[in-house]
Amino acid sequence: MTGTGTERPVVPGVRLGRVSFVWRPWLVLVTLLLAAATFLVFCLSIGAGDFPIGLPRVIATIFGGGERFDRFVIMDLRLPRALAGLVVGIALGTSGAITQSIARNPLASPDVLGITQGAGAVAVLLLTVSGGTSAAVAGAAGLPAAALAGGLATGLLVYLLAWRRGIDGFRLILIGISVSAVMQAVTSWLLVTADITDVARAQVWLVGSLDGRGWREAGTALGCTLVLLAVVAGAAFQFRPLHLGDDVAAGLGVRNSPVRAVMLLCAVLLAGVAVSAAGPVPFVALVAPQAAMRLARCATPPLVASGLVGALLLTGADLAARTVLPVALPVGVVTAAIGGPFLVYLLVRANLRRTA
Amino acid sequence: MSAVTEKRPASGSASGVAAASGRRGVGLGVLVAVLVVAGAASLVVGARALSPGEVWDGLFAAPGPDQRLTEIRLIVQTVRVPRTVLAMVAGAALGAAGALIQGCTRNPIADTGLLGVNSGASFAVVSAVTLFGFTNPFQYVWFAFLGAAASGAVVFGLASIGRGAGNPLTLALAGQGVTVFLAAMTTAVALSDQQSLNALRFWNAGTVAGVKFHVIWPVAAFIAAGLVLALATLPAVNMLNLGDDMARAAGVNVGLSRTAAIAAITLLAGAATAACGPIAFLGLMVAHVARYLTGPDYRWLVPYAGLLGAIVLVVCDIVGRLVVRPGELDAGIVVALVGAPFFAALVWRGKFRTA
Repeated sequence: MTGTGTERPVVPGVRLGRVSFVWRPWLVLVTLLLAAATFLVFCLSIGAGDFPIGLPRVIATIFGGGERFDRFVIMDLRLPRALAGLVVGIALGTSGAITQSIARNPLASPDVLGITQGAGAVAVLLLTVSGGTSAAVAGAAGLPAAALAGGLATGLLVYLLAWRRGIDGFRLILIGISVSAVMQAVTSWLLVTADITDVARAQVWLVGSLDGRGWREAGTALGCTLVLLAVVAGAAFQFRPLHLGDDVAAGLGVRNSPVRAVMLLCAVLLAGVAVSAAGPVPFVALVAPQAAMRLARCATPPLVASGLVGALLLTGADLAARTVLPVALPVGVVTAAIGGPFLVYLLVRANLRRTA
Repeated sequence: MSAVTEKRPASGSASGVAAASGRRGVGLGVLVAVLVVAGAASLVVGARALSPGEVWDGLFAAPGPDQRLTEIRLIVQTVRVPRTVLAMVAGAALGAAGALIQGCTRNPIADTGLLGVNSGASFAVVSAVTLFGFTNPFQYVWFAFLGAAASGAVVFGLASIGRGAGNPLTLALAGQGVTVFLAAMTTAVALSDQQSLNALRFWNAGTVAGVKFHVIWPVAAFIAAGLVLALATLPAVNMLNLGDDMARAAGVNVGLSRTAAIAAITLLAGAATAACGPIAFLGLMVAHVARYLTGPDYRWLVPYAGLLGAIVLVVCDIVGRLVVRPGELDAGIVVALVGAPFFAALVWRGKFRTA
């Protein structure tokens, strides 16, 4: 896709019984390094706060040891939030890798499919129309569920509208853009007519934030994500030819439509879970697969590495938001502020290298 | 693409080309006529309905002591005419820019926001409101234009570092990167300052109402310059669509052509956005409809897209005045609410192919 990989020699294939794959040492190395970095930042993020805890104590506590007070601070207060960030990052990164591969377009993040905008419209409706006190109640209990429902309903609507004797990547994207435009217009309308205090609250939600996430949100998100990732892993063996298009895949003996439907549904659900847990954190789903692709030197977004880059980005942004920055900002703002320049850096570096 | 071109007569023969050109020319005339009708309707329709005769009087009658006539003159000349002119100018700019950016990035889902134009303008607006305490939109129009132009230049500059003079993929992704970064900064500022949040939400809705002529004329001048530049680059854009190598082989100066096209897009989209706020989706939508009508030749596609954009924005502004009377719905919101389902129906019926 970037044209950097064309000079490389042919990579050897590995066959173990019925399972065969291409052995890419660099991809494995990058994935392992990303996993290690993510874990490190995750632990640092747990340790940071008004009551700082050192890295060894954090790691000991997570794995069941530690003192009683450490256990309380980490297990009850900090771990759920950090875990929510980790899970949301993985879900968004994986979701983006799937949609970009299937649509064969690097701009096709789940945001394009309207999931984020649908969730946003429903959430803003809840925050602005229901008025002061009931909005607070809704914010505590019903908001994640409503956002999830809105996101999934929109995703489903896009899928149904795009269905016409099968799913075509290009049609799916154009329909998705239309539906997102409608949802965005609804949100904009609600914001224009609403009271300014409600607008501020809605804006915070619309950016995406991890503030006050407890075990309930983190646990739900973790459970859903694990199940979905298992499904994705199952389908991923047949996933490779998808980005080659229908004809080539059919020639290789893979029926694309069912596999693609399963993968797309998983992408929609993963994005929906992420949005319900943290709000529509922008850009992770777009930048993580592109960054992972360039780091791992692959031609298509690698699934695992994309999820890890997403997690690293979100966890790192949350850590930065709470420690380095002078004012507390929602994690979505920091994610975009880090992710945007990072993507640009990767692009410029690739351009410069091609000159040399 | 094939479905569109197959319907045409064999384009190899000179008579076939002439026939296709003639048909496209007629289509262009039809669009101009529709635009004129829509513009006339826009003068008539509104919170206070006027008869065509009254509009005529309001436009051309000499000022007199007649109370009713003075009122009509006021409505027509200071409210209806400016917003109609702005809707036409901005719609044409956004439509042409939308078609042009799809040609430059060779990506059918690229829209004018991709160059960071919208986010740059938004960031400039909130910064101006926060730093200088502006409350009146006329004060921050030029900040918005400056922000749009600056971010467009930054995106193109970043994408052009090293080799490539703005490789399409790099351009699209760099645009996304800058867009998201600026959007985050905008939110960060807006969340810390309620006054700029308030300005931002109205700005983001996108409207053509309430802008005075002393803002519209300079904006229109920038847009006219952008349109001229855009038309000048169209033959080269046709070649760029074959790929950079092919274009270079055909004798096109790839770097220069793409720089000119991007400058045109930034001028068009930046000026329109500065005056109206970000009107999303319009450029993308009309570019696809225009491509369906004309085929892939950008020399026809871009003028069609410009006219379609003007028509859609004028019509949407009229619809916005009618649906929630006595209030109004911002044109930017109507474009998405009305245009998107229509567009989705066309997509579903398989009218469009990739660029």
